[in-house]
Amino acid sequence: MTRKDIIKSKLEENFKDASLEFSEYKDEFVIRVDKKFIDPVCRLLKTDNELEFLMCEDITAVDWATRKNRFTVVYHIFSLKNNIRIVVKADVDEADCNIDSVSSVWRAANWQERETYDMYGIKFNNHPDLRRMYMPEEFEYYPLRKDFPLMGIPGSLTLPKK
Amino acid sequence: MGLEAKLKQDGFFTTKLDAIIGWARQSSVWPMPMGISCCAIEMMAAADPKYDIARFGSEVMRFTPRQCDLMIVAGTVTYKMSHVVRKIYDQMPDPKWVIAMGACTSTGGMYRSYSVVQGIDQFLPVDIYLAGCPPRPDNLLNALMQIQNKIGRTKARDFQDIKPPELNVIQNN
Repeated sequence: MTRKDIIKSKLEENFKDASLEFSEYKDEFVIRVDKKFIDPVCRLLKTDNELEFLMCEDITAVDWATRKNRFTVVYHIFSLKNNIRIVVKADVDEADCNIDSVSSVWRAANWQERETYDMYGIKFNNHPDLRRMYMPEEFEYYPLRKDFPLMGIPGSLTLPKK
Repeated sequence: MGLEAKLKQDGFFTTKLDAIIGWARQSSVWPMPMGISCCAIEMMAAADPKYDIARFGSEVMRFTPRQCDLMIVAGTVTYKMSHVVRKIYDQMPDPKWVIAMGACTSTGGMYRSYSVVQGIDQFLPVDIYLAGCPPRPDNLLNALMQIQNKIGRTKARDFQDIKPPELNVIQNN
């Protein structure tokens, strides 16, 4: 049984109705999960003695613009014990644009989620400090969304008086 | 030396006040190193022994704006940073000059995007636009020499109508 099979069997055993989908892309194991289960799935991946995905390398999102579930939140996590890197993905719809925070699982997720919120406007429930990361706090738009113009919205960012 | 020999003979010499103040100012330009990104590395290289900005009397890079008369804006200025740059500029005593160092600072450069100010002349009066990405240290020295020429040409009456800047004090920051 390969490590990927172990991950697969453990998740399938614990989360029967999380609509799990497994795939592989360029040697990376990809797990799709219903967004309601993102917190328990991540917690299991981290705390399980065999898996130990201790390192949250990156959290970001994809804007599919016209798709029904407009956004995909992507988690890149790494197991130092097994030397394996996997990708967890969860779809988020624009009408219900929020997902549970995993910052209680990995503390590193705190700023990554803030960045994702700043750029895509996806709210992370139960996040301890969900403020903008790069853009000014009074900025009203989300720059990495596909409908945001490249040069920004005139007048939305202020300059000092000359 | 010429000047000393002249002074020994007569004990004084005559010149215009503008000329001697201009000469003194242009020979001791104190830069404010507003190093924001990669241009700052070249600015630091200009201060090292190989290029040696001290030859032009500008080796005293002061990290407080109160002691500077030349601001070298070296790097990409974002909208968020522009307020900081302007605030530091306002704190510099008059007379003061600005070098926009590099493509980003002059025009936004390769960052044609929503977050980068497309040229700092939108919020600062710029004296020299310095081309390059980043400009070589000798290019910065050339800009400094141009500024020195400009300072040498200034007259006292150029500064008579300057009003003190309205400092934008942010209360809860």
